Amino acid sequence: MTEASATRRQILAAAGGAAAVILVRPAQAQRFTSGAMNLAIRKVVGEANVTPGKIKLDIPPLSENGNSVAMAITVDSPMTAKDYVKAIHVFTEKNPQPNVISVMLGPRAGRASIATRIRLADTQTVTAIAELSDGTFWSDTADVIITLGACLEDTP
Amino acid sequence: MKRAGRGLNEHGTLVTPPPHPSLASGGGSRLRLAASFGCLAYVMTCFAISAAEIPQNERRSSYADMARDSKAMQDDDTANPGMLSVLDGEALWKAKAGAVGKACADCHGDARASMKGVSARYPVFEPKLSRPINIEQRINLCRTEQQKASPFAFESKDMLALSAYVSLQSRGQPIAPPDDQRLAPFRETGRTLFNQRQGQLNLSCAQCHDDNWGKRLAANIIPQGHPNGYPLYRLEWQSVGSLQRRLRNCMIGMRAEAYEYGAPEYVAMELYLMWRARGMTVETPAVRP
Amino acid sequence: MARALINVPAKAKRGEIIAIKTLISHHMESGFRVGPMGVMIPRDIIETFVCTYNGEEIFRASLYQAIAANPFITFNTVAIASGTLEFKWTGDNGFSATESVNIIVE
Repeated sequence: MTEASATRRQILAAAGGAAAVILVRPAQAQRFTSGAMNLAIRKVVGEANVTPGKIKLDIPPLSENGNSVAMAITVDSPMTAKDYVKAIHVFTEKNPQPNVISVMLGPRAGRASIATRIRLADTQTVTAIAELSDGTFWSDTADVIITLGACLEDTP
Repeated sequence: MKRAGRGLNEHGTLVTPPPHPSLASGGGSRLRLAASFGCLAYVMTCFAISAAEIPQNERRSSYADMARDSKAMQDDDTANPGMLSVLDGEALWKAKAGAVGKACADCHGDARASMKGVSARYPVFEPKLSRPINIEQRINLCRTEQQKASPFAFESKDMLALSAYVSLQSRGQPIAPPDDQRLAPFRETGRTLFNQRQGQLNLSCAQCHDDNWGKRLAANIIPQGHPNGYPLYRLEWQSVGSLQRRLRNCMIGMRAEAYEYGAPEYVAMELYLMWRARGMTVETPAVRP
Repeated sequence: MARALINVPAKAKRGEIIAIKTLISHHMESGFRVGPMGVMIPRDIIETFVCTYNGEEIFRASLYQAIAANPFITFNTVAIASGTLEFKWTGDNGFSATESVNIIVE
């Protein structure tokens, strides 16, 4: 392999990659980075594609204390008998355990909207996945910075 | 300033600032602690020392500096975990206790009327003991003297619950320390303790909370240190805690030896802090990060 | 019995979407913390939360260690009939708590 061909191949690959980002990205399956989180997500979604969209993860970008971070999730769904959100799952990238919460919903919820307070052990990415009645999975991610207090206490 | 520097240098190995004393996160708690003290020392050496009391019109509750979500947690009683403790306290208020078999309510009636404003004026002078007592000590005096029941341990679930329920009845009231000359010397002791350097970091309460409030210590805004929301739900604790637990927390932060719960020194500091916060609004059960 | 706080409107119109807020006292000990003397504090969490409306399940949640102490969960339901909403939390070490509230639907 000559240096020139390798260079050409690299250029082609780079160009192709850029094109893929521009053209395919909106419909491309969501990729997850952390190994443990990826495994936890695969356990829930199986081999199905997870597509960014339809679900909105609302979490403050900067939190005062990782022991309690307010989190709200809304899925864009009519919540009718034929078209509804079956479940919402939340995962973290760097907590010692990647699962946060899984909720089961149905058309009787009326609105696919939940809120809770979660623990984040570190500054990291949180992922929420919605499972719809048609079997599709949709996701949203958010980065949260966890700040630390200066004055900590020992065990009381 | 020089004195602070010298004090810190004596313990230099303990308080070396970390390379990035800002949003450092993760790691073991010991590491965090070490980094935190580093921050503390680092910031303190930069502080200007003025040792002046906060002008009345500049006083502010730490509520004002909280993030939106923490404020929302305090503002909504059905979202505030401190209210779970209050509900436990309400049950205790009505429960018969001790050899006498009487409940708080049997003597004091409806707490919403009888306890209104009470925590806003505590600690008070207790003639039988010839010294001031705080709300928790009053609860235990009632239990041992009136109900013939065993006292609650400080920071126990029951003590926090009953004191939270009693203090809730003063929510929205201005802090109003009694005009009682017998309290004066104890309040002065509290003031002295507040201004006295202590611990391995050789810091006083005043250096942070009088002189440098509003600035940042690591990621936190340094509060003025007012006692207007106790017992309160602290996210760091993941539970409700008393003012004395918070004072103990600060003393550990300064690497000073904390007093026993209920110690006269703590009560003296409570007296001074309540006087310092006179007129401010009671927020019990407050939420703090 | 763990203390719980439930917020459901006392009255609603038929077909109206109502918000339900729940708060329960539980330390949600993660099992990842080290206690005094360096000993790990064993896991003790609420694992499941279920809400039924006149006996029919309308909401179910599986909680993990990452849920903050004193779990706070809000969700919605369509007010279909007067009756009872029942809430049940179960978890480690045989933990179980139930609460119920009545709703009038007009």
